[in-house]
Amino acid sequence: MTEVVFYIFAAIAVLSAALCILQRSPMVSALWLVSTMCSLAAIYVLLNAQFIAAIQVLVYAGAIMVLFLFVIMLLNLGDAGSDLRGPSTVAATLVIAGLLSVELLALTRYTPRRLANELSQWPTFTDPATVFVAGQVTQQESAARGVVGALAAPLFQVYLIPFEITSVLLLAAIVGAVVLAKRNV
Amino acid sequence: MLLGPALALSAILFSLGVAGVLLRRNAIVLFMCIELMLNAVNLSFVALAQLHGASGHVMVFFVMTVAAAEAAVGLAIIIGIFRHKQSVDLGNINLLRG
Repeated sequence: MTEVVFYIFAAIAVLSAALCILQRSPMVSALWLVSTMCSLAAIYVLLNAQFIAAIQVLVYAGAIMVLFLFVIMLLNLGDAGSDLRGPSTVAATLVIAGLLSVELLALTRYTPRRLANELSQWPTFTDPATVFVAGQVTQQESAARGVVGALAAPLFQVYLIPFEITSVLLLAAIVGAVVLAKRNV
Repeated sequence: MLLGPALALSAILFSLGVAGVLLRRNAIVLFMCIELMLNAVNLSFVALAQLHGASGHVMVFFVMTVAAAEAAVGLAIIIGIFRHKQSVDLGNINLLRG
């Protein structure tokens, strides 16, 4: 059942992403990207990341894409002509993207079990069981502490300093956006 | 578990994002393709977090923060360019050409 739902949403995500990069109007492309992000949120729920799914919808599909739509409407780009590059670039793009996807798909065949197997055949490496924790760690953690608690514990304990530095990053982004969008640049 | 299929979906989405960046000349669509690539990476983080604990989720959190900051500053730059050139076509933007 989970797998059927996963494949349905995966197909929606890939189709919407393809339509997003092929649509002529930036507005339509942005709306297809929202569709991709919402189906990715559904996939996050299937992968035991409910909190991430919620902030995917709120931050990505909500805030960031609304910002994009505001800018597209502000600049009145709704009916821009086709902006695809020439045929030679299209051919080169197909080759590059095809090679990249083949390479990445080959990498996904490297499951942790296969990697652990190959590591165990090297005598100098440690026991693979210590390298790869078996099974569904996230599911166990969220069963023990709750969905948000399982994320909050590492965020505010192990990653506290990076979390605080994030606020400096956001402040810099705010100041940068205000300065850049002012009249006399 | 769905680890392999999720990583495969992530690979396909990332390649689509790269194709979009190479194909389009509209700066805003190019930014959206970059967001698509960030989303693909987030998906692989979440898929691998099933094995390695919630650190992957924390990384997704940070990637989303960086994406929000990048979108705000990038779109401000695009608005600034539009004021100068009346266009967001990358073919017209060659201020830094030597």
